Amino acid sequence: MKDKKEATQLQTQELLAMYRDMVRIREFEEACPSLYSQGKMGGFLHLYSGQEAVGVGVAHAIHKDDYMIAAYREHGLILAKGTPPGPVMAELFGKATGVSRGKGGSMHMFDPELRFMGGYGIVGGHLPLAVGMGYAIQYQQKDEVVVCLFGDGATNQGVFHEAMNLAALYQVPVVFVCENNMYGIGTAVGRASAVEQLYKKSCAYETPGVKVDGMDVLKVYEEVRQAVHRARAGEGPTYIEALTYRFRGHSISDPGTYRSEQEKKLWKERDPIPNFGRWLVAEGKASEDELKKIDAEEKQLIEEAIRFAEESPDPGPEELWTDVYVQS
Amino acid sequence: MPLITCRDAINQALREEMERDPNVLIMGEDVALYEGSFKVTKGLLAKFGEKRVIDTPISEAGFTGMGCGAAMVGLRPIVELMTVNFGILALDQIMNNVAVIRYMFGGKVKVPLTIRSPGGAGNQLGAQHSHSIEAMLMHCPGLRVVVPSVPADAKGLLKSAIRSDDPVFFVEHEGLYGVKGEVPEGEYTIPLGVADVKRAGKDVTLICLSKMVYVCLDAAEKLAEEGIDAEVLDLRGLNPLDVPAIVDSVTKTGRALTVEECWLTGGWGGEIAAVIMEHAFDALAAPVLRVASADVPMPYNKALEQAAIPDVGRVMARVREVMKY
Ligand SMILES: Cc1ncc(C[n+]2csc(CCOP(=O)(O)OP(=O)(O)O)c2C)c(N)n1
Repeated sequence: MKDKKEATQLQTQELLAMYRDMVRIREFEEACPSLYSQGKMGGFLHLYSGQEAVGVGVAHAIHKDDYMIAAYREHGLILAKGTPPGPVMAELFGKATGVSRGKGGSMHMFDPELRFMGGYGIVGGHLPLAVGMGYAIQYQQKDEVVVCLFGDGATNQGVFHEAMNLAALYQVPVVFVCENNMYGIGTAVGRASAVEQLYKKSCAYETPGVKVDGMDVLKVYEEVRQAVHRARAGEGPTYIEALTYRFRGHSISDPGTYRSEQEKKLWKERDPIPNFGRWLVAEGKASEDELKKIDAEEKQLIEEAIRFAEESPDPGPEELWTDVYVQS
Repeated sequence: MPLITCRDAINQALREEMERDPNVLIMGEDVALYEGSFKVTKGLLAKFGEKRVIDTPISEAGFTGMGCGAAMVGLRPIVELMTVNFGILALDQIMNNVAVIRYMFGGKVKVPLTIRSPGGAGNQLGAQHSHSIEAMLMHCPGLRVVVPSVPADAKGLLKSAIRSDDPVFFVEHEGLYGVKGEVPEGEYTIPLGVADVKRAGKDVTLICLSKMVYVCLDAAEKLAEEGIDAEVLDLRGLNPLDVPAIVDSVTKTGRALTVEECWLTGGWGGEIAAVIMEHAFDALAAPVLRVASADVPMPYNKALEQAAIPDVGRVMARVREVMKY
């Protein structure tokens, strides 16, 4: 560290970037329901509001060249990784400019340049892909890691256990991040998992398992940073359980009535964005005006993304047949 | 007869069979407290309690195998796979256990298991949520495959499926749950393996099931205006396959078109075409033609998705083609 002042400066920038990314995701997600009801999007729409601290904490703890892979609640994650909102929104609109050229939709976002290796619709199905990516990194002796995000529900799939075992067996550089928002659709964790402390599930594979407050971006960042450090050092996988909450229903068509108003209110009070904002102000990292400016800029950015999506062309009819094979 | 939805007809069948036989129980993801992701199991938890209406974890292979085991020792479980896309995770249990166990153990055990599962495309759900796997299931000896189209059939067939001593895979189309139809009052069942003529005609037989029945009925009405009289034969299932009904109809019309939502390659239409050639070749005035989904993973974009699935226009065009011979 050169100069203490410079370091604080750098750190402040990073902190503000975290705040900005969380606001971006929230603005993006909260713009979706009305666009959906206007018929601009179709299919399922699983929103990430409430869970921003996990995705942003993860994305800031890894390098640009590190990989991220996720389930279907992934709009926020691809944005956290750095993909601009325009092509993400365009994908929701099914447009040719979308991140999967309009063929994937909400659940299947992809950006290989930024190393976002996809959102997947089958619960638990992407976990072994992360292990394979980790294996390839190790094989090619690269200095990279994979962060694999999934929900609490995925930990009850057989493939979760197979992936954990494979990862530990080959000591691949993969960090598993379980976003425990406490529900799989309408089923609470305690009604689906014999082990409620989900971080303990890794002990069967002699893989370090830790629990972190998923409403606190800095705590997530710190925990992931350590796990990534271990992975890079060749010390194998880590399993992190981030306790969080989705502010909306499971998907756009789910009113979420299985959760009490009391419970929702308690978690709303722990909203990771205003809480982090207040902390930034209290610590003197930013003024309220600076944060407001960020809020306004991000709102504007999402409006532009919507315009971009609206003005983009649909894929042509011939696209039905493209990319089934590399060579047809 | 009361006009009710497919959803309600299936719900009635479940309720009545659970009332009739205490060994019938239902298990699956979100079937109890949430009352089913398509609300098919509405009211069942309240009526039958959590021992008979069981919320399972997201462990398709696990709970399908669990249903199979319970069936082997005396229960008659109904496993709901939230959609067939996730049912694919249970395909190991289905193909390596459920379907083969009776045969493999020399007939010394039976597996009276019913697996229900919504399937099909049309809601922009993308490649991992739009599968039609009837053809794959039909390929598998030992497993009954039932695929209803109208509410009355759904109710009567499901009751037979639950009472069947063979394992049955019962495919419900997601796009049909809200469709209404007349359902008889009082107790009735429909035997498995009997096709149904949904529209009589003399010029060409449209062989179909599930949602494609509606596409074929629409196409038939429009073709009537062109002077083509199409018969719509609803198979209502693929195993047992009603070969006599197919042969009868094709013998009458001399022409056949299969219309399915499965992929063209390896789809069930090819199987039916072969059956017709083996059993009714002399009656044929034209080759059997097939309409099926495009051989592509389902795209999200609405226009592309619609282009991938058979529609009235495509069925009509193929009928005109088959009439040219
Ligand atoms: C294998 C499989 N089974 C069922 C589903 C249907 N489904 C979609 S999301 C979901 C709940 C998943 O919960 P969780 O893993 O906790 O993730 P969250 O939605 O909470 O982010 C289910 C059951 C699916 N997509 N894949």
